[in-house]
Amino acid sequence: MSHSAPGLHYLNHDKGFKSWALSLDHKRIGVMYMVAVSLAFLAGGILAILVRLELLGPGETIMGPDAYNQSFTLHAVLMIFAFIIPAIPAVMGNFVLPIQLGAKDVAFPRLNLASFYIYLIGAAIAMTALVNGRIDGGWTFYAPYSTSIGNGILFVTAGVFVMGFSSILTGLNFIVTVHKMRAPGLTWNRLPLFIWSIYATSIVQVLATPVIGITVLLLFLEKALSIGIFDPALGGDPVLFQHFFWFYSHPAVYIMILPAFGVISDLMGTFSRHQVSGYKFVALSSVAIAFLGFLVWGHHMFVSGQSAVSSIVFSLITYLIGIPTGVKVINWVQTMYKGSVQLKSPMLYAIMFLFTFSIGGFTGIMLGVLAIDVHLHDTYFVVAHFHYVMMGGNVIAALGGLHYWWPKIFGKMYNEFLAKIAAALVFIGFNVTFFPQFILGAQGMPRRYYDYLPQYESLHALSTYGSWILAAGLFLIAGYLIASLISGKKAGLNPWGALTLEWTHTTTPPDHHNFHDTPVVTRGAYDFHLAGHLFQNGGEVSELDLGGDGAANTPDEAPVPHEPAH
Amino acid sequence: MGDNGSVWLPDPGTALAGEVDSLFWFVFWTSAIIFGMVILAKLYFMTKYKRTSEQDVPQPVEESKALEAVWIVVPTILTLVVFTWGFDVFVKLNSAPPDSYQINVRAQQWSWEFAYDEGATSYTELYVPVGVPVKLNMTSADVLHSFYVPSFRVKHDVIPNRYTSVWFQAEEIGEYDIHCTEYCGTQHSGMNAKVVVVSEEDFAAWIAEQSQDLPPAVLGQQVFAQCQACHSIDGTPGIGPSLAGIYGEEHAFTDGTTAVVDDDYLLESIINPMAKIREGYPPVMPAGFSALSQKQLDGLVAYIKSLE
Repeated sequence: MSHSAPGLHYLNHDKGFKSWALSLDHKRIGVMYMVAVSLAFLAGGILAILVRLELLGPGETIMGPDAYNQSFTLHAVLMIFAFIIPAIPAVMGNFVLPIQLGAKDVAFPRLNLASFYIYLIGAAIAMTALVNGRIDGGWTFYAPYSTSIGNGILFVTAGVFVMGFSSILTGLNFIVTVHKMRAPGLTWNRLPLFIWSIYATSIVQVLATPVIGITVLLLFLEKALSIGIFDPALGGDPVLFQHFFWFYSHPAVYIMILPAFGVISDLMGTFSRHQVSGYKFVALSSVAIAFLGFLVWGHHMFVSGQSAVSSIVFSLITYLIGIPTGVKVINWVQTMYKGSVQLKSPMLYAIMFLFTFSIGGFTGIMLGVLAIDVHLHDTYFVVAHFHYVMMGGNVIAALGGLHYWWPKIFGKMYNEFLAKIAAALVFIGFNVTFFPQFILGAQGMPRRYYDYLPQYESLHALSTYGSWILAAGLFLIAGYLIASLISGKKAGLNPWGALTLEWTHTTTPPDHHNFHDTPVVTRGAYDFHLAGHLFQNGGEVSELDLGGDGAANTPDEAPVPHEPAH
Repeated sequence: MGDNGSVWLPDPGTALAGEVDSLFWFVFWTSAIIFGMVILAKLYFMTKYKRTSEQDVPQPVEESKALEAVWIVVPTILTLVVFTWGFDVFVKLNSAPPDSYQINVRAQQWSWEFAYDEGATSYTELYVPVGVPVKLNMTSADVLHSFYVPSFRVKHDVIPNRYTSVWFQAEEIGEYDIHCTEYCGTQHSGMNAKVVVVSEEDFAAWIAEQSQDLPPAVLGQQVFAQCQACHSIDGTPGIGPSLAGIYGEEHAFTDGTTAVVDDDYLLESIINPMAKIREGYPPVMPAGFSALSQKQLDGLVAYIKSLE
């Protein structure tokens, strides 16, 4: 098996625009996704700041109602379809998953590159809606309003339809890779929990995304041909649209949160230097949720006109799914029990996640209570809930993963002190922005409102101030991360002392082909008690552990041959 | 904040709203306590087990089956309790008493119309008698809307070509906000109205007054309530032009033509709003007002004519 000359790795072994644009290397594709989703996050974030600025006081602050309504719609469409759904799987999944499996690449590298371009093309098509008429109505595009506002809807639905294929093909790629390309000795119960979570996510992506594809296609045809599937004026049923829409969009929230769970598991294990408590439960319940998540979509529709009986059934199943998630949180806390906890910046995000995601989870339980949801549905309580799980869950976990794998991806360390300051700003800013929104909602403040009654002003103003603190933290992160690329310290091989293959068996940054030789795995992803030899010289491990038998090696030493254990 | 309500919830205006609140507080406090315990454990462990030496390699901990059982069984029991309680109150919210007083509600972009059995109609104010169960039969003239009274904890989507309903029994005289809670376009946040709860005598008197033949301009002023989201009567431009003193003025339109404001112009502007768009204003006036009765249209024209 070939390997690069010393000093060469995946970033510099081949240069030029084409070597990136046509790269089949999962690592380069992951980096390209990182740039793309970061731009989507920036655009969506700027829209959020503008939306919150408008809501600083009642009446017009910086824009009129049409501009506002389109701003919050675009904010959500960008954040959900262009940022959150792809982010952790397409960036960290692409980069890390093959290496954690001991594989050279994903199962279908060309399909992987195709997924990236399909994502870009779909996003571009959706964005042409900006110049093709008004797009308002929230990301949910309920009919018949969405088919009554002009032709912009045709472009958004077409764009989302195309982007869906990116999600499906990436999921397919990862499922095959996890099944077929694990290194010798890497049994299912030695897999890092990050892999288990990406695997579960991929199942949902493959099964659910076709449904949103069909839904937007029907909406497109409804608008283009006035068929009358959803529009009552043409004999259609608007509630049917909601059923189709939420049948995907509920499982979609598991696409959003399962990868986050995977990141948190790896962070908690590594930074507690401890087994992740309840490993089997965390792994298997993730896969179970992937399937059970298809049974609860009606909890978005308790007051939509669906029957009371359906609402009751959906509420009951919603609770049953909530319980394994709660047990996972307890398991993560328990991971630290009798562990050896190090509060470096990636771990700070994991710690923050436990706080913010739990609030999101409990408020989800509150919304699942039928009688309470009647009051809280379509109010700011829901807005706060989903920001606590999507931003307080997924984004916080993604930031943790970004900091954790940054040295591996770019070979540079960022400024740890600034990272801690930014984490504090993000935590404080996030809670000041969104916690008041729970109170606003319970007080009756509806969502998607341009204007509001004067009694809601002080909490809205507080939320807006919070958004400025949050934005400051996020810009600081972008600042020191980009600065690290220019002038950051060179990162060591394994600065966090982790045991997964991307840390123990590859260089930093990784070699173009990931490994010099196929790794042989003899211990689980968090079996730190079997790897004490790595920490003899302190927490930052500076040697690869290619032997896997307790002997540390430098990259140039040949590993001791083993019979692969299956 | 709600008057006399807590920080979180407005004062409950019905007995059933009070039941919803009890459930809310139970779930809230149970969640807060469990959350508190989890976070305290987290903070405790992350300090007590802080790494002291870089060579530290902790041993795996034997997971207690008993403890695992506790945090599966206890949440399951709690969620089943909360589910059952929620289901019970939900059934009540969906079961209007058979003798409820019915009022028809018509939602449109961007106002509410309330029609009473006796032939009365009101717009921004939903009059109801205190202490009597009231059932609203709701439908939409155009897109999805949703009828929400925070103080009563009732809400339901309002759908075109279908009836949906909410019911409530208001316990205190007063005024309570109504919000539209399903996005319906530009003035989704401007569809504000109020439930006006009055004594049974006052209600009967109000109904009698509404059903009389009103002079056109007075009827027009009532009907005009649904226009106020976009048109002011004091000169302030809004989404649409102010209607103060426009009768007799010459107006310029976006297609370059002009016209003098007379009765025909006013009527056309209401029933065919796209025919002439005032320069400087967007073409967003909904088409649904052609459904108003001729009496209501006559009233509107008379009222607008009278504005100075």
